[in-house]
Formats: sequence, C-alpha cells, structure tokens
Amino acid sequence: MKTLATLSLMLISIAAHAETPQQIRQIYATEAAAQQTGFSPSAKRGETLFRQRFALNDKMPACTSCHTDSPLNAGQHSVTGKSVKALAVAANAERFADPAKVEKWFGRNCKEVVGRACTPAEKADFVAYMSEVR
Amino acid sequence: MKRLALITLLGFALPAFADRMPLPANTPASFKAECASCHLAYPPALLAAKDWQRTMAGLKDHFGTDATVDAKTAQEITAFLERNAGNSDRLGSAGEPPRITQTARFIRKHREVSAKTWSDPRVKSAANCEACHRGAANGSFSEREITLPSGLK
Repeated sequence: MKTLATLSLMLISIAAHAETPQQIRQIYATEAAAQQTGFSPSAKRGETLFRQRFALNDKMPACTSCHTDSPLNAGQHSVTGKSVKALAVAANAERFADPAKVEKWFGRNCKEVVGRACTPAEKADFVAYMSEVR
Repeated sequence: MKRLALITLLGFALPAFADRMPLPANTPASFKAECASCHLAYPPALLAAKDWQRTMAGLKDHFGTDATVDAKTAQEITAFLERNAGNSDRLGSAGEPPRITQTARFIRKHREVSAKTWSDPRVKSAANCEACHRGAANGSFSEREITLPSGLK
C-alpha cells in the first residue's frame, strides 16, 4: 500500500513537471504497464486509433473529422469551424507539453468520439504516434 | 455649435465603440483555456448576464458537447461573464438554450449575409466569427475588418 502511494506521488510529481512528449508518453506507458505486463508504446497502434472511424457522433465520427487525415496539418472544428492547430509535435512544438492539458483533451475527445475513456495504453500509443509522425 | 459638433462626434464614436469588444486585461486565464479552444473567446458583452448564467449551468450538454469544468473554474468564469455581460434590453432574447446568434442584435447586424455565405464550408457555422471578421480574436468586429472568404459576397 505504501509502495502504491509512493508510486502515485512519484507519478503526480512527474506529471506536474513533465514538459516533453516523451515524459508524457512515459507517464501513460507506466500506467499501462501496471495493467498489462510488458507494455511498450507503439506509434503504429496510435496511428490506427487516430484513423479509426468510431461513427458514434455524426459530426465527429473520427479524430480525423477535426484533425484531418494528416496530424501534420492544421484542422477545423467540425461544428464551430474554428481552426485547430496541428496535432503532430513535428508541426506544432506546443503539443503534448502540458500533462494536465493532454489529460483534459483525451478526456473530452475520447468521450465524444470513441464513446468511452481511452485506456492508458491507447493514450501512450497516441502520444507516440504524434511525437514520431513526420 | 460646439454642442452640435460634440453630438455629431458622439454619433460616430458610439457605433464604432459597440464593434470594439476586446477582452478586459483581467480576463481569467481559465476563460481562454476553457471557452476559446473549440470556438472563439466570445466577447462577454454579446450575451446578457442571465443568459451566461444559463449557459454556464448547462455545460454538461453545451450544444451537444460535454464542456463541464471543475467547480472553482466554473465560478471564476461565471463571475467574469457576469461582470462583463451585455445589456439585455439592447441584445434582445437569446432563446433557449441561449445563443449569441439568436439575439436580435446579432440578427440585425447580419441581415445582409446570404444563405450561401452561411453554408460555405469555410464559414461552416455562425459560431465561426473569424471566417469573416478578421479581427474577431482581438475583439474587433468593425465593418472595415470584414473580409468574406473568396468568391462570396
């Protein structure tokens, strides 16, 4: 129990200070490894998630509905029309730099597009893809 | 004569003033973070206080999206909106749920906009101020700063 508490504190302290996509990916990867032995983030699985059509939401059937087919491109909000900056780190260095912000948008967008919370493994894969895509 | 000049000047100044709605310097960071990601940071003066209160109370289903924020943030944003809200008599009713685009003021100001313009994919939605109001992000809605997407009039 004590170990768990220490581990959580460590994670929180990492989270509060993490500033790079690598660190954010690591937070999710560690969380995923606790549920799934030997887990390692995969950019390829992340890409599959990005492209998957969930079709639960007419206006936003997939991530690509707003973020376009390439995360290197700027997108457009499918309801309001507001422009959305590129998701890929290669195109937008501000992405995946703030753990609280990343968690907030996974929370909102997974619920809306995927229809449920994304798992730590999915988040780690997604961040891996967005960090590596060129 | 001097008086007449003053009144004339005021007459020019007022409409211009009404189109300039920059966010106040003390706008909480939470307003921009929570209310300006999916759409423009709408100037608080575009809705009356009671309509902002209804909007903030209904974030769970905010035009089809769950836009809930934590209680402390909600309080901060609501207080900010209330402080800077518009005059309900001049705006007119915003409907239910309240929409800036349903207020009499918005409708009057946009009566010359054609259906073709509204439905253009570059405009997409009446929520997308910036499609035509190039200075909208800075709170400027003056006629001079309107540029319709190419090919539209």
